[in-house]
Amino acid sequence: MTLSTLIDAAGSAGAGALARTLLTQGSYFAAAVFFILGLKSLTKPDSARRGMQQAAAGMLLAIVGTLIVNEIVEYQWIIAGLAVGSLIGYPLGTKVPMTAVPQQIAVSHMFGALAASLVGIAEYLHRTAPDATGVAGVIPRFEMGALGFEVLFGSLTVTGSFMAFGKLQEFIPGRPLTYPGQNAVNIAALAGTAGLLVYLVFDPSAAWAFWTMSALSFAIGISLVLPIGGADMPVVVSLLNSYAGLAAAATGFAIGNTVLIIAGALEGAGGFILSIIMSKAMNRSFGNVIFGAFGTPPESSARSTAGLSVKSISAEDAAIQLGYASKVIVIPGYGMAVAQAQHTVRELAELIEKKGGEVKYAIHPVAGRMPGHMNVLLAESNVPYDKLFDMDEINDEFATADVALVIGANDVVNPAAKHDKGSPIYGMPILNADVAKSIIVLKRGMAAGFAGIENELFYDPKTSMLFGDAKTSLTKLVAEVKQL
Amino acid sequence: MTLTIILQLYVFILAGFVGFSILTRVPPLLHTPLMSATNAISAISIVGALVVAGSRHSTLTSILGFVAVTCATINVVGGFGITDRMLHMFKRADTKTAGDAP
Repeated sequence: MTLSTLIDAAGSAGAGALARTLLTQGSYFAAAVFFILGLKSLTKPDSARRGMQQAAAGMLLAIVGTLIVNEIVEYQWIIAGLAVGSLIGYPLGTKVPMTAVPQQIAVSHMFGALAASLVGIAEYLHRTAPDATGVAGVIPRFEMGALGFEVLFGSLTVTGSFMAFGKLQEFIPGRPLTYPGQNAVNIAALAGTAGLLVYLVFDPSAAWAFWTMSALSFAIGISLVLPIGGADMPVVVSLLNSYAGLAAAATGFAIGNTVLIIAGALEGAGGFILSIIMSKAMNRSFGNVIFGAFGTPPESSARSTAGLSVKSISAEDAAIQLGYASKVIVIPGYGMAVAQAQHTVRELAELIEKKGGEVKYAIHPVAGRMPGHMNVLLAESNVPYDKLFDMDEINDEFATADVALVIGANDVVNPAAKHDKGSPIYGMPILNADVAKSIIVLKRGMAAGFAGIENELFYDPKTSMLFGDAKTSLTKLVAEVKQL
Repeated sequence: MTLTIILQLYVFILAGFVGFSILTRVPPLLHTPLMSATNAISAISIVGALVVAGSRHSTLTSILGFVAVTCATINVVGGFGITDRMLHMFKRADTKTAGDAP
């Protein structure tokens, strides 16, 4: 499939084979172009859907182009695989609810990485198998290295993604599961796999090393993700995204296929960028997320809120504030999504707009369960995307807002992040809700947020608390605003 | 052979740069679709799986190939499916937005 095989094909099998090889390579080239254009289209929401449909067409083209390669001599396994895969994949693409998108992506990574690992394993078996004269095949060093990387990253991503899926779906405990010396065990296992990989490069015929490395990689995926808490899963999923890409790129090196190298590099870069963004937004370093569960929890010296009191407000009064406001900024948190209150929020916003007010949504990077998740949930309930603003775009506007309406969000609006050096969330970028003229917080009760710390915003004299289930409160607000 | 390896490394590095420079410009608004999109695109390893499944090297490799094709197909169909579903939901406010300001 590379240039050299192209020339071989021309020499040995004649013009027919050459034409087919050219067609295959042409389809790969087109696919690579469509993939890059598809990702580029994601920089603008208007063009995004069309661009990704073209990328899907590129994928189809590459599949068809592969079906005509000379190596393929039988089709029953291929057809069966395509059929079974489509049957399972279709509901995964069309039926999964939007709140479960993070799990869906974790499962998708798992399947993609499993495919890459199995290709690597099959390739190793085939190329070390004895030929007709009984001489075992020898894999060149570079290709052995690529194969090894493919299996290593692939297997690690398979089990790691499964663990992430389990934690997000909550059939595996979300809390960090640790045991003493875990860090040392993980590092030793990683060093062991790396050592075996190097050994394989020098002696590709060492099957024992190959199988030990594969098994070890599967185990590492489990033990790396197990100690990471459920709330940090977004970073893990982004990181596994990157690993899955590297596994695909390694496959490309191993079998000499350029489109795999390109697509793998694209995904590797994408996952890497997203993991950095997520870590920053959560105020954690990359290493802290991965190995954080082993450290002692930060001493919480957050200021005591004893003696301060919160002001509670009735739905009626809150509705009056909202109804006559000229600018309202809504801050949605995952609590809103859990209560399935997105549609009611949009209804309320439309009523305020009808009364002449302006409504904008401020989205913190970690709102929801993965980067950008909250935007998807709001878009699903028909909130136009040009009203959704990310933190940097909207933070300066809070000063001019009459009401900041906080729905099911907590730590991302805690001003302690800005000034209280003793607070565990000190330094985390937050939404400046505290500078709005008034703040209304919809909250179930006075429980602390995920970080387990008190939120001083709730004790601010400008803040009013509307207690109760988010959806019930919002429904009441809608009814009250209607009557104004 | 060595020349091929060098060319492949070139492709890898350049594609990485292209990816990095395009993807840093994707707005936070679309980060979730971005992740499912790159996930769907990386299912291109189906190309390798198809060759393994169709080459008839041994029964074992054929079965491994079949499982690999199945998994990769799930990734392709599920990945592009959910990406399209999400992107379909992102809509601009109709023209009235301009006249909204009092």
